[in-house]
Amino acid sequence: MTDAPDHRPTMADVPIADRIARAMPLLLVPILLVVGFVAIGNPSSWLTLTVSGLAMGMMIFIMASGLTLVFGLMDVISFGHGAFISVGAFVGISVVLGLAEWAQAPSLLLNLGVVLLAVLAAMAVTGLLGWAFERVIVKPVYGAHLKQILVTVGGLIVIEQLIHVIWGPDEIFFARPEMLKGAFTFWGAALEKFRLLAVVIGLVLFVAMRLVFRRTRIGLIVRAGVENGEMVEALGYRLRLVFVGVFIAGSALAGLGGVMWGLYQEVITAGMGEEMMILVFIVVIIGGLGSVEGAFIGALMVGLLQNYIAFLEPKLALISNIGLMTAILMWRPQGMMPVVKAK
Amino acid sequence: MLMRLISGDSPRSRLLTALLLVIFFGLLFAPFLFPGVRALETAARICVFILLAASYDLLLGYTGVVSFAHAMFFGMGAYGVGLASQHMGRGFGSLIFGSLAGAALAAAFALVIALFSLRVRAIFFAMITLAVASAMAVLVSQLSQITGGEDGFTFQIPRALGPANRMGEFGGINITGKILNYYVVFFVSLALFLSLLRIVNSPFGRVLQAIRENDFRAEAIGYRVVRYRIIATCISAAVAALAGSLFALWLRYVGPDTTLSFAIMLDILLMVVIGGMGTIWGAAIGATLMVLAQTYLQNLMGSAAEATAAIPLLSRLLDPDRWLLWLGVLFILSVYFFPAGIVGRLRTGR
Repeated sequence: MTDAPDHRPTMADVPIADRIARAMPLLLVPILLVVGFVAIGNPSSWLTLTVSGLAMGMMIFIMASGLTLVFGLMDVISFGHGAFISVGAFVGISVVLGLAEWAQAPSLLLNLGVVLLAVLAAMAVTGLLGWAFERVIVKPVYGAHLKQILVTVGGLIVIEQLIHVIWGPDEIFFARPEMLKGAFTFWGAALEKFRLLAVVIGLVLFVAMRLVFRRTRIGLIVRAGVENGEMVEALGYRLRLVFVGVFIAGSALAGLGGVMWGLYQEVITAGMGEEMMILVFIVVIIGGLGSVEGAFIGALMVGLLQNYIAFLEPKLALISNIGLMTAILMWRPQGMMPVVKAK
Repeated sequence: MLMRLISGDSPRSRLLTALLLVIFFGLLFAPFLFPGVRALETAARICVFILLAASYDLLLGYTGVVSFAHAMFFGMGAYGVGLASQHMGRGFGSLIFGSLAGAALAAAFALVIALFSLRVRAIFFAMITLAVASAMAVLVSQLSQITGGEDGFTFQIPRALGPANRMGEFGGINITGKILNYYVVFFVSLALFLSLLRIVNSPFGRVLQAIRENDFRAEAIGYRVVRYRIIATCISAAVAALAGSLFALWLRYVGPDTTLSFAIMLDILLMVVIGGMGTIWGAAIGATLMVLAQTYLQNLMGSAAEATAAIPLLSRLLDPDRWLLWLGVLFILSVYFFPAGIVGRLRTGR
């Protein structure tokens, strides 16, 4: 018996430049914060802008996370996602308007209760709608991108028009619950209460999602499914069921995002989902299709950059997102953190 | 001769041929067959939208790439003509310069977008075009000093094409510059339509179809898939811009609602899908049907809504403003059940 061949594992030092390049996506948000601080030069305005940028980013993340997962898992691109945002907003705001007494009472507990109820109602309705959407619209066209895009755009139109039928053709203006109006002053910076709430909800959601993905069995299956679906199915998991679940959860999250965005803007229109979809797509693309972390970073960058630029150079704000997307795609054509997909 | 003109791509169905001939002669003699401002307006719209839908079909039906920026390219041509006429004075020179500049700009934009997205994944293209098109629409509405903002602006076209230019009478109809203008729109559209037909029936068009069917194989045979897709995108954008120029020339007005809006984009999608993807004839049928339906069917819906006013939900569903709802349903159903559209249906149901 011969000895095993002499094997010397090489532990090559990763050069520092490579390490930085690998961690770059994670560093982008802090870098953006610092650059913003230097460019704005006024700590209190910087703080105000940062909080509103983070709030906006968190809300976009809530809407984008479902979409990116749905794509990663089943290679389905759903343009109908925007419809869930609008439906969520309309259902949620109807609850807020219906419980006007609670909403106008100067009690934080009652106000938060109203928001919670609105969120739950919106998520329930959009989750259900997502389930129906998957069954009726998406299911027959698996594997055909062209048809998926066409059919889901059709679904988007129909749902948007149905909103008009049910809630009437006009936009709805309303006021936020009493205790969520106004702002705190902190170091001379005005921080709107609702924005802080949005940041908290977004952070909690992100942490919860990460926990689910990293610590639970279902999260493991979803991650494995994104990476290599066929293999997961070969191991005996019914990925289709998982996928339906993710689709429903993603739709419900879109509904949550819709309520939050509606409360933030204090006006809702049937077309709001369609408008948000543009930001959501930008976020999903720069994050890398299928990557929740990428979407999170992308969403924060879009939110922060838009707010900073709107302050520094209002004219550029319109194209800041497109500029960001162009820059990121030049750097990484697949997006920041593309999920490897075995084809 | 005739076969050469249509590049050997005959409609291949008697009913379809008859329909196309009706459309062709209807449009050719529109000013005499259907006198009246509204009818002529509709006919010119049909000409422009047939061309626009055909150029979109080159992308969607032949290459299998979904773009949401087609209305943007359409708008570039329209604004090109509008701005050129406004700043260079009325005249044929500024019309031609504006059209060419619009087309060149559209092709350049298409090239950049395509380079960024088609290189990676064809599906990126749909999302990126949507983002760019919406940014452009916002930009146009914000830069109101240049573009007139939401209101758009009117401009003057050469006197010869205006209604004040009377050129006598023919068959009881006053021949004015307006009718001349219509024929400019008609013949330019026709020429571009025939060139599109030429393109899709050339070897280049065959390669595009191969890519649509199976891009992996096309690449394996030795065709540079990305390059072909990019060229198709640019051609389609340039033709869309020229259609926009014609539309602006006809309306003597440009504005976001008539050229850039997402609603126009949806109209184009519906025309191509309902008419039949993957055949230029489908674009002709789809565009004609859609424009006619938009002009005349909405009245019908209005009366239906009045008739059912007593029934609460039904009357709202039949409201003329909810017209998109029914189109959306029709759109989904046609993607599922008639993926080849009306033309495909007619060709197989022979």
